[in-house]
Amino acid sequence: MNLSQEVLGITFENPTVLASGIWGITAAGWKEVARNGAGGITTKSLWAKAHAGHRNPTIIETEHWMLNAVGLPDAGPEKAKEEISVYMEDHPVPLIANIVAGQIDDFAKAAEAIKPLKPDAFEVNISCPNVEDEFGKPFACSAPDAAKVTKAVRAVLGDDIPMFIKLSPNVENIGVIAKACQAEGAAGFTVINTVGPGMAIDLRSRMPILANKVGGLSGPAIKPIAVKCIADVYKATGGKCPIIGTGGVASGEDAIELMLAGATLIGIGTAVSKRGADVFHKVCDEMQYWCTNEGVDHIADLVGGMHRELASRKL
Amino acid sequence: MSSIPLQSRLPKTYRIKEIRVETDMVKTFTFDGSLGAKPGQFVMVWLPGIDEVPMSVAYDDGAETKITFFAVGEMTKVLTHSNVGDLVGLRGPFGTYYEWDAGDHIVLVAGGYGAAPMYFVASEAVKNGCTLEAIVGARGKEHLLYLEELEGLQHCSLHVSTDDGSMGHKGYNTEVLDHLLAAAAAPIDKVFACGPEMMLKSVLTVCDKHKVPCSLSLERYMKCGFGVCGNCCVDPLGIRLCTDGPVMSGDLVRNIDEFGKYHRDAEGRKHEF
Repeated sequence: MNLSQEVLGITFENPTVLASGIWGITAAGWKEVARNGAGGITTKSLWAKAHAGHRNPTIIETEHWMLNAVGLPDAGPEKAKEEISVYMEDHPVPLIANIVAGQIDDFAKAAEAIKPLKPDAFEVNISCPNVEDEFGKPFACSAPDAAKVTKAVRAVLGDDIPMFIKLSPNVENIGVIAKACQAEGAAGFTVINTVGPGMAIDLRSRMPILANKVGGLSGPAIKPIAVKCIADVYKATGGKCPIIGTGGVASGEDAIELMLAGATLIGIGTAVSKRGADVFHKVCDEMQYWCTNEGVDHIADLVGGMHRELASRKL
Repeated sequence: MSSIPLQSRLPKTYRIKEIRVETDMVKTFTFDGSLGAKPGQFVMVWLPGIDEVPMSVAYDDGAETKITFFAVGEMTKVLTHSNVGDLVGLRGPFGTYYEWDAGDHIVLVAGGYGAAPMYFVASEAVKNGCTLEAIVGARGKEHLLYLEELEGLQHCSLHVSTDDGSMGHKGYNTEVLDHLLAAAAAPIDKVFACGPEMMLKSVLTVCDKHKVPCSLSLERYMKCGFGVCGNCCVDPLGIRLCTDGPVMSGDLVRNIDEFGKYHRDAEGRKHEF
């Protein structure tokens, strides 16, 4: 049973990818995640210049959900250069550089700063719900804005390095947004960023727990939203743009469900806390087990399976 | 299912039950309620509207939890002005803890605020028939912590050092450790240390010299406390201090290149010690 996936010319030995924002600050951390079985690594969001995050508490969790408002802290391109260079010396698995900015022009600047380091792909974060006070509604909430960012980054990257646009579930029609980005040269999509934002209040102090008051929701509770959004993006883009399906995946069966909706790769983030560092190995083992039992020879056959099943039944 | 089921990852606010002034800069707060913390583990301490920082648990006897802190950072400078009855959030306990076998002969090395978790170790270890040598060090007499408590424990001998010689050995606590390990009548099974990183580095060197295993409690900037944010990853291993630490064996610490050299801030920027 073969778990490898070819995506935009990049070979991933298995479909699990470390989601951006989790454990992704240093080269040493990325390598440790690779040793724990991840098929690919996404960096924490990189800015064109240093950016301070929010105060603590930034990350809280229950058995059902995680709420975070870390606020995209980053020391800037110099640190990114140092860490990516150290990682690229071994380059155990493909590296996806996640970039972010508050203004459209700054996305291009971030891409320019990181491009010479030759990451395998870019992920463009236009959908973080935790910096709205600073930058307003995410670009991913408007088709024209999302398209403008895509165009600006595409102008920098050209055909040299593929880019995934990371979309927000917090929109009326995610398919429309995806199509607008596809038209401007988005090679693929990461679906979804966190949901909400949400809020949690401490009863005795009557205060919101997160310092930012609100934060993005992740974890098991959001998986059905991820499945729906992936299915919408897959359909809207005619299955032509590979999707890194992300949202609530904690097991091999969760991963397969997202693949049936249309995901080619599977982002794993929150589950690192509940299932441990080796969640990537565990998810892969579980996918192997399931596929072997079900007689699936290659996981690529699963991608978009639900759409084909519906079509075959004329539904 | 969580790998550590007892751990709380959502802060809960507790009212301060008792405040004890330890020194000019140091206070101990007692909270009603236990988090089930073991000696060496830490909690995230939240002051609503201000910030949340990691702190070693100073004591948890299954009924009460204590923290002992220096008012040096932005958050602790506000925290120190709290009164009995005020609300403070706690979540945890997180991380690894000190482990011993019944009847062990253990040397504890405490620098500064490290005395609090070392007292927590001592108070639990004596219940398992352990014999302890506690070395408490500080810049001067007025900064020494937990002397009375450690002195009050049976089977625990207290050794003191101060940089200025105002009490006990004049010099570093690691010099006392070196002497103890060289002159110990009964074999020393383990050395536990908690304090500034340069002190820990010296403890590791002394323990290597005498071939005694040690456990050290390291500190790094932390956000989540349970292995998600990655801010406390250490080079070149990439392991997270909040889950693989804070208490680590000397054998593991020896492989951390940044140990005693640098640590990272909230944005991941390196700062030398």
